[in-house]
Amino acid sequence: MEKCFEVIDHTADIGIMAYGKTLADMMSAAAEGMTGLMTDISRVGNRLHKRTELQEADGETLLVTWLNELLYQYEVERLLFSSFDVKVQEGNRLTADCRGEKFDPARHRIIREIKAATYHNLKIMKEKDGYTARIIFDI
Amino acid sequence: MSPWQGTIRRVDDYRWEIPQDYKAGMKVPGLVYADSRMLDVIRQEQSLEQMANVAFLPGIVGRSMAMPDIHWGYGFPIGGVAATRVSDGVVSPGGVGYDINCGVRLLRTNLIEDEVRPKIKELVDDLFRNIPSGVGSEGKIKVNMKEIDEVLSRGALWAVEHGYGNRDDLDVTEENGCMKTADPDKVSDRAKKRGVPQLGTLGSGNHFLEIQVVREIYDEKAARVMGITQPGQVLVLIHTGSRGLGHQVCDDYLRTMGEAVRRYGIALPDRQLACAPVESDEGRDYLAAMACAANYAWANRLCITHWTRESFARILGKKIEVLGLQQVYDVAHNIAKIETHTVEGKSEKLCVHRKGATRAFPAGKRGVPQRYQTIGQPVLIPGDMGRRSYIALGTERALQETFGSTCHGAGRIQSRGAAKREQRGRDVASLLAARGIYVRAESMESLSEEASSAYKDIGDVVRITHQAGISRSVAMAEPVGVIKG
Repeated sequence: MEKCFEVIDHTADIGIMAYGKTLADMMSAAAEGMTGLMTDISRVGNRLHKRTELQEADGETLLVTWLNELLYQYEVERLLFSSFDVKVQEGNRLTADCRGEKFDPARHRIIREIKAATYHNLKIMKEKDGYTARIIFDI
Repeated sequence: MSPWQGTIRRVDDYRWEIPQDYKAGMKVPGLVYADSRMLDVIRQEQSLEQMANVAFLPGIVGRSMAMPDIHWGYGFPIGGVAATRVSDGVVSPGGVGYDINCGVRLLRTNLIEDEVRPKIKELVDDLFRNIPSGVGSEGKIKVNMKEIDEVLSRGALWAVEHGYGNRDDLDVTEENGCMKTADPDKVSDRAKKRGVPQLGTLGSGNHFLEIQVVREIYDEKAARVMGITQPGQVLVLIHTGSRGLGHQVCDDYLRTMGEAVRRYGIALPDRQLACAPVESDEGRDYLAAMACAANYAWANRLCITHWTRESFARILGKKIEVLGLQQVYDVAHNIAKIETHTVEGKSEKLCVHRKGATRAFPAGKRGVPQRYQTIGQPVLIPGDMGRRSYIALGTERALQETFGSTCHGAGRIQSRGAAKREQRGRDVASLLAARGIYVRAESMESLSEEASSAYKDIGDVVRITHQAGISRSVAMAEPVGVIKG
């Protein structure tokens, strides 16, 4: 699976560009990128599994909902994930098998708190060799 | 980021207008409060384009406005004010932001700098232990899913009833710390679940608690009414909001409004501006949920106030009554309010969105606490962490021009990434220490992202609003101790 992301600067906040050969890979890269903004993802284990299923009107809304779902799971369930096996059907239905563990203050340092993934300038671009999305976070 | 190249016209030294015909779809002109030097800074990014985009909102009246601390936000600029008619206008969750009722509370003390300086380290350390702060911090207050509804309905009053703060605090809180339009049924379980563990926490980002010392007083009479009597007097400033609960309310309703935009056929240049008519189910539900988040934030700030008083009493070994620590005022700077204003000579019910802007009502106006009826509503303007903060008052001119609004803070000029590259966390802490400011922070990253060089000079922002007449400066204070998430 080919995927990657990079952090972009925004005056008020912070964002990422996420890339993937498929929509699913891009969603997975975005999740990894966002988690990387919150903590050192290499220190997050994988003993716990959680499946998430989401459906939205379109791919862009799905991306925001997906990332905000992960923020919710961190805040409420105290779960951090290190790997995201994502499948997307018909461009708007997502199934993700996430592996991670319970947040442990002794081992995980939270670098920054993300309030939300926003819809600001949100765009998923389909290019020749895959998908690119830019997401701005409110922090 | 490319500089903004749009059309802007000078009105006077402190007012600049974007004409309505700048972009097809603008329903009113745009107006930014700035001097020419500040305007050059503002034009380095696209925030003025965002101000122009806000002018697309159905039912917007007067002008789409921006305060001198305007900076690039998501959808709406931060530092923006937009008023829409209740009868045929819209309400937009993006015009309030994720951190609903992010705001500032100021306490005054009977202490002077010399009494606090020798104990500052102990005091800050104790506050740091006593007030849960930092990323993902969980509070000491145990509420369940049923009790959280009480917090959402009653706001700061809930806190008082549970032993945090007192009724005098409510008298000097915007809305008395409780918007009666709140309806917990309009808040999702997800939002409540985020709110339950975080009640009574400071959070991170730009949120902080500062022990400050008054350095300058510009209006002695007004300052005295606020209990501020001399340079050297110690104050406490608390800056936080509605935490995860507010973020979730915003996110939930952005989705609702995204659908509403399609249903009502509203044309918008940015999805983050999603909105619905004020007088629609979606609009009413959002305002009822937003009021819940606002109430949560007022309860949150009052709990933190209580622990601040505890720490001062413990470390200084004196009773709270001796120390003072009375609340001067508490303002919201991310909020939408239904208010009546005069528009083109006619009284109109409006939905005033203040996103990174502070209400600034003049003397005599309803909504200003009894104690401040003769001087006007106090406006609390925190600088960036570790720099000056200002206390100002609302004015008649603000009421006429800005629906009674003024600036809210310094306003970012540098991205977090750039700030961090320039400053490493440790350097910021030692830089502040060299200036006699003792800081305790949960995260060094968060500290360096909030370095002063990342912000406009708060002095310039406040000077412009003062000169423009939309608020009147009363006093300036500088920090000596900071706790930060």
